[in-house]
Amino acid sequence: MATLRFTVNGKARSVDTPGDRPLLDVLREDFKLTGVKYGCGEGQCRACTVLINGRAAPSCITPVRAAGGKSITTIEGLSNGEALHPVQQAFADEGALQCGYCTPGMILTATALLERTPHPTPEQIVEGMNGNLCRCCGYPRIIAAVQRAAGHRPALREGTNGE
Amino acid sequence: MGTTLTETKTLVGQSVRRKEDPRLITGTATYVDDIQQPGMNYAAVVRSPHAAARIKGVDTKAARELPGVVAVFTGSDVAELGPVPCGASLPGLRVPYHHLLAQDRVYFVGHPVAVVVAHDRYIARDAAERVEVDYETVAAVTDSEKALAPGAPAVHPQWPDNLAFTFEQNGGDFAQAARDADVVVRQRITSQRLIPMALEPRGVVAEWRSGDKALTIYSSSQIPHLMRTLVAQILGIAENRLRVVAPEVGGGFGSKLNVYAEEALMGFVAMKTGKPVKWIESRRENFLATTHGRGHVDYLEIAAKKDGTILGLSLKLIQDLGAYHQLLTPAVPTLSVLMMPGLYRFRNIHATILGVFTNCVPTDAYRGAGRPEATHAIERIVDCLAAELKMDPAEIRFKNFVHNDEFPYLTATGLSYDSGNYAAPLEKALDLVSYSELRNQQAEARAAGRLMGIGIATYGEICAIGPSPATPAGGWESATVKIEPSGKVTVMSGVKVHGQGEETTFSQIVADELGVDMDDIVVLHGDTTLVQYGIGTFGSRATAIGGTALYFAVQDLKAKIKKFGAMMLNSDDVSFVGGRCVCNRSGKSVSLAEVAGASHRALALPPGTDPGLVATKFWEPPNFTFPFGAHIVVTEVDRETGGIKINRYVAVDDCGRIINPMIVAGQIHGGVAQGLGQALFEQAVYDESGQLVTGELTDYAVPKATMMPWIETGHTVTPSPVNPLGVKGVGEAGTIGCSPAVVNSVVDALSPLGVRHIDMPLTPEKIWTLIQGGAA
Repeated sequence: MATLRFTVNGKARSVDTPGDRPLLDVLREDFKLTGVKYGCGEGQCRACTVLINGRAAPSCITPVRAAGGKSITTIEGLSNGEALHPVQQAFADEGALQCGYCTPGMILTATALLERTPHPTPEQIVEGMNGNLCRCCGYPRIIAAVQRAAGHRPALREGTNGE
Repeated sequence: MGTTLTETKTLVGQSVRRKEDPRLITGTATYVDDIQQPGMNYAAVVRSPHAAARIKGVDTKAARELPGVVAVFTGSDVAELGPVPCGASLPGLRVPYHHLLAQDRVYFVGHPVAVVVAHDRYIARDAAERVEVDYETVAAVTDSEKALAPGAPAVHPQWPDNLAFTFEQNGGDFAQAARDADVVVRQRITSQRLIPMALEPRGVVAEWRSGDKALTIYSSSQIPHLMRTLVAQILGIAENRLRVVAPEVGGGFGSKLNVYAEEALMGFVAMKTGKPVKWIESRRENFLATTHGRGHVDYLEIAAKKDGTILGLSLKLIQDLGAYHQLLTPAVPTLSVLMMPGLYRFRNIHATILGVFTNCVPTDAYRGAGRPEATHAIERIVDCLAAELKMDPAEIRFKNFVHNDEFPYLTATGLSYDSGNYAAPLEKALDLVSYSELRNQQAEARAAGRLMGIGIATYGEICAIGPSPATPAGGWESATVKIEPSGKVTVMSGVKVHGQGEETTFSQIVADELGVDMDDIVVLHGDTTLVQYGIGTFGSRATAIGGTALYFAVQDLKAKIKKFGAMMLNSDDVSFVGGRCVCNRSGKSVSLAEVAGASHRALALPPGTDPGLVATKFWEPPNFTFPFGAHIVVTEVDRETGGIKINRYVAVDDCGRIINPMIVAGQIHGGVAQGLGQALFEQAVYDESGQLVTGELTDYAVPKATMMPWIETGHTVTPSPVNPLGVKGVGEAGTIGCSPAVVNSVVDALSPLGVRHIDMPLTPEKIWTLIQGGAA
């Protein structure tokens, strides 16, 4: 058992918990931030992605002690009140989600990607989003949403051919 | 009262942003695992590590002694409950009794043996490790063809031939067709076992209120109403004391079109312990114990004339059922047989299905459920035939399509295809890729020693499943539309939206019909206490049947609205346009909100009219719908590595009238991704002893962003005459068209090397071996 302190969605928080507990569980169960999703528990699907000091990390394989002293952002902390983050807005505008289960992780991964590379090429977006699994959308719309969030006209648009 | 009419714009046909999205993109949606109940316990399921074994004893003492453990239940505790239901019926079908927990034997790796209940998840899982099961392993069989061989281990000892059923369907006379043919082409074609892998695993929360003798089950399900009926039967409780809620559901693809042991088990646990209980499947459990899909071995013969006219098709279909029948397990291959004619005119079919038990988790519906298998088989064998006759694969398809003037077209398997223009999507797809130019490029590539392939697949689907006589539990769908006293509209639909966007598309339909704002409509679904009985979302049925039920309910309401409008305007000639009742003579009008208020206040009522504005419609469809389309895939194979690069992917679909193009294209994209997964990457592999080798995401290749091509989509629109919306369904189309188009393309690329067929998945290793001249 250890007392761990960190900043969660801009607020100072602390928790007494075994340090090897997955960050995913602490965020969901202790802080009730259920926008963080369990998908596989082995870092393979990235539905559990959160930002740790601005970098996307799979919270299911991150021991909570590794996040101690750091700043964590979950999907709940991304929007500013009613105002959506541009990446959230872009996902809705492009129709880049269906069941929505992978979506918080997708949006946070994209946010970190654009923070690091504000004007990514399509190849950089595909590579940057490659760890996050989506079983519904087949990715074209997700890539387009990231392009839109970067301020680019999405290249992968519907109906550029055939409609 | 006003006199001006607002100009209304039709929302149907537009890419309206989804109403579901705000809660999903902010992380505020509630999936099963997000539900917390006061005093809730957590359950872990002890599962068999063996594919086939006798259980000589189960010792739960060590588990029960762990602090924090509430209870441990084993097979003997639930011996009187059940069975886990099979909804399908076929003549002579052998149905093993599917207990909630294994009794004296386990039949597959992952088979539930015990349930441990504890104060938290960690303790439950630790305690599950302490349950000691004394197994005596026996021989297992995991390959369906080996299971049919004499002397194979019997999955269920009472049926040593491992045959759950044989099913035959004949149309015309295939033997005669084969005698009349110039050529008969034969090929063994497989559709491998797949893992559906919805991103949200299954999960259940159960809560028992002893005072009311009322059980609530929250489950990630596509069919909450059917689950309620069936779980009540399993547990022996009254259906009206069971509430099933399917909250936000994170993908299903058929894997949640089921009733599993765990739903009933958690109900049982909640009743026994008097406390709420939660069970969330781990991903490992999801791979082991949630239904798989496909599992076909097909032996095909196609008979044709020299000019390419197809005369008939024969099929021996060996279906790997797994160890048990889940809800629809034996029915899935019968859908394959129904769709064997594809889009073609031939009249002679001979099909035999052998349904085979194996020591594997059951197969059941997975996106397309029988139709991808059928389409893959027929579109591959048609390409084999084209190659044999040295015909162009597009030409042979045009030659055999059902003609436009033949609809409704009665197929050799007894279906009535509703409407079609089968050449149109293929023509459009050929045009999009500049087909003849593309063939020239291919000739140049080949001359340069490159392996370039062009693959064509056309497909027909059986959707809007389906008329009640064709389904085990009713094929209709229901809708209630309520106009609240303020004029706001509440829709309650019997479907269960889980990513398909019907909260949006249904609102588009209602907004157009009632002239109200999208934001003034709320669509509720998935709660059996809130919503009238319904069937659910699967088989590309939600919009075609559920949307139609909604449409008719709205029509009933409009008639009542006009009666109130006539009374309020003191006119016998009123129209309801743009959300207002208008007197056609004076031009005076009242708003829907004013009508709604008056109908609830009921100071006066039109003659013979009740207060309120509510209408419910249960709609029985007169037929299935039959969408169709064409995919073209251009590939290049790397001689050195066997790697496949997709250079063009064109999908042209005809799903009838389109309500929301953005949502339709999203369904195509996702469908293609799953088809591509099957064609190139995915395969559930059991070893000889019955261990699932591909038991985790590290070993099972779900497509990632870098593995997807850019998909060019197009549409033709042939409305369905089956429903007034003209819609056909699109949820499964992408998957159905994809795998044969990809495989046809790669076979075409390798055809200069003499390759005629390759079974999926087309792994680089398999392709490289073929290029080296070996057998794949």
